Amino acid sequence: MLFSMIFHKAGRCVMNTLLALIFFFPFYWMVITSFKTLGDTVLFPPELIPSTIQWQSYIDAFKAIPFLHFLGNSLIVTFSILILQMFTIIPAAYAFARYEFKGSRFLFGIAMVAMMIPVQLTFLPLFILFSQLGLINSYASLILPFASSAFGIFMLRQAFKQVPQELVEAARMDHASEWRIICKVFLPLARPVLVTLALLTFISTWNDYFWPLVLTTSDAVRTLPVGIASLRNVESGMYYNTLMAGNVMLILPIMLVFLYAQKQIIKAFTYMGDK
Amino acid sequence: MLKNETAISSMTNKTVSDVRKNAGHSVWKKIKPYAFVAPALSIFLIFSIYPAFRIIDLSLYQWNLVSPAKDFVGFQNYVNLFHDPEFFETLRNTILYTVLTVGLSLSLSLFLAIYLKNDTRVNRFLQRLIFSPYIVSLASISFLWLWLMNSDVGFLNYIISLFGIGKVDWLGNPHVALFSLVLISVWKTAGYNTLIVLASLQVIPKHLYEAAALDHANQWRTFRKITLPMISPTLFFITIVDIISSFKVFETIQIMTDGGPQNATNTLVFAIYEYGFKFYKIGYASSIGVVLLVIISIFTILYFRGLASKVHYQ
Repeated sequence: MLFSMIFHKAGRCVMNTLLALIFFFPFYWMVITSFKTLGDTVLFPPELIPSTIQWQSYIDAFKAIPFLHFLGNSLIVTFSILILQMFTIIPAAYAFARYEFKGSRFLFGIAMVAMMIPVQLTFLPLFILFSQLGLINSYASLILPFASSAFGIFMLRQAFKQVPQELVEAARMDHASEWRIICKVFLPLARPVLVTLALLTFISTWNDYFWPLVLTTSDAVRTLPVGIASLRNVESGMYYNTLMAGNVMLILPIMLVFLYAQKQIIKAFTYMGDK
Repeated sequence: MLKNETAISSMTNKTVSDVRKNAGHSVWKKIKPYAFVAPALSIFLIFSIYPAFRIIDLSLYQWNLVSPAKDFVGFQNYVNLFHDPEFFETLRNTILYTVLTVGLSLSLSLFLAIYLKNDTRVNRFLQRLIFSPYIVSLASISFLWLWLMNSDVGFLNYIISLFGIGKVDWLGNPHVALFSLVLISVWKTAGYNTLIVLASLQVIPKHLYEAAALDHANQWRTFRKITLPMISPTLFFITIVDIISSFKVFETIQIMTDGGPQNATNTLVFAIYEYGFKFYKIGYASSIGVVLLVIISIFTILYFRGLASKVHYQ
C-alpha cells in the first residue's frame, strides 16, 4: 500500500515535470535564443544555458525593421478598435436587453449570423471593397471591420438583462435621464463583463496577424506581428536570435497582461467556450 | 390688456412647443432602440453579411482584380475546381489536419483535465501554464516553432537525437510537414480545451461518484458511465468549435511552410489567399471560399441545433 502510494507520487512528479517542460520550455528557448550570439545559435548540440549573453539581437531587431513604427500602428489599431467597440456594443446591448421593438429578434439574429462568418472568408471581398474606396493601406481598413462585436453584444445583453428593474425605477424617480441611468446603473453593474470584453478584444487584436497581412500591401499601417514576420527574411540568412528578440517583444505585453489578470482572462476565455 | 395678451400668447406658445416636444419625444421613443443598434448592425452588414454574399457573386466571374472588365462565367469556376486534383489535395490536407488536430487536442485535454482535476496549487499552476500558449499570437507561435523545428540545429532534433533518432526535416519533408503543423496546433489549443473540460467536470454532482463507489464500480466504468455522459455536451461544443477553427488554419502555413513542400500543407484558406493575391484569379479563389463557407455553415448549424437541444434538456 505504502509502496504503491510512493509509486503513484513519483509518477505524478515525473508527469508534472514533463508537462511543465513541454509547455514552458519553448518560451524559455525563445528568450535564451534572443540573448545568444549568432554563432552560438547554430551550435549543435545546442547550449541550454548560453556561455555568452548579449543584447545585440534586440538592437539588430530595431535596426532591421521600423520597429517603433509597427508598434505605433499596433497601438493605434488596438486602441481604436477597443474604443469603437465600446461605443457600438453598449447601446446595442442596452437596446436588445431593455427594449421590446419590432424586428429586434431578426436584428439580433443578423448579429449572431455575422459572428459566424469568419474573416478568412470576408477578406477577399473586403479587400476589393476597400481598394475601390482607395482605403488599402489605411487604418480604416484595419479598424472598421472590427468596430463592433456580436459576441460582445451577446454577452453584455445578458448582463444588462440581469439589472434589477427596481434599481432602474429608483433612478427614474430621481429624474435621472436615460444616459445617466446607463452610466450610473447599468455600466457599473456590468463592469466585470466590460473588463472581460476589453481583455478579449485587446488580446485578439494585438495578436492578429491575418488581417493586417492580407489587407495591406505596404508597411504604412502594418502592425507588429506582420512587422516581426519580415525579420524572417532579412537579407538571405536566418538570424534566429534577431527573430526571437522581435518575438519576445511581441509576446511581452500579452504575457504581462496575462500575469496581471490571469483569473479574469481564463474566465473570459472559458466563458466563450461554453456559452 | 396688452400685457395679458402677451402672457396668453406666450402661454399658448409654450403649450404648442410642449406638444411639439412631446410629439418629437414619442417619435424619438419609437426609433430610439433602432438608433441604438444601428451602428453595430451597420458594421455587421457591411463587413460580414455583405462579403458573404459578395464572395458567392464573385465566384461566378473570371476576374484578375485589376482589369475593369469582369467576365461572367456562371459555374465554370466550380467545374474547374472539381476537376482540379490540386484542389482535392488541398481539401484532403485540410480535412486531415482538422481530424488529427481535433482528435488529438481533445483526447489530450480530456486526459489532462482528469489528471489536473484536484484543486491543488501545483495543479492550478500547471493549468495556467498549459493554457498560456493559447493567448499568444499564432504568428509568434509560428516563429517560435519555426526555430524549434529547424532541420539543422533546431531543438526538437536535438531532443530526438538523445533517443538515437536522426535529424527530421519537420517542415521540409512532404510526409511530415502536415503532422508538424498538427503538433503545433495541439500544443497551442490543448490547454484551452483542458480548462473547458475541467469546468464541466467540476459541475458533476459528487453524489453520483459516491453512488458508483458504493457499487464498487472500477475507475474505467465510473469514467464511462458517469463522467463521459455528463461532459458530453461540452465535448460536443468544443469539438464543433475546434473543427471550425481548424478549417480556417492559415498563419502557421503562411509563416512556416508556404503551403509546401509539394503542396503537402496547402489548405483551403491558404489556397484562397494564393489564388486571390498571388495568381489574381479572384473568381477561382472565391469559389474555394464558397466551399469553405458551405463547410463552416454546416458545422455552425450543427452547433446551434446542439445548443437548442441542450436548452431543451434544461
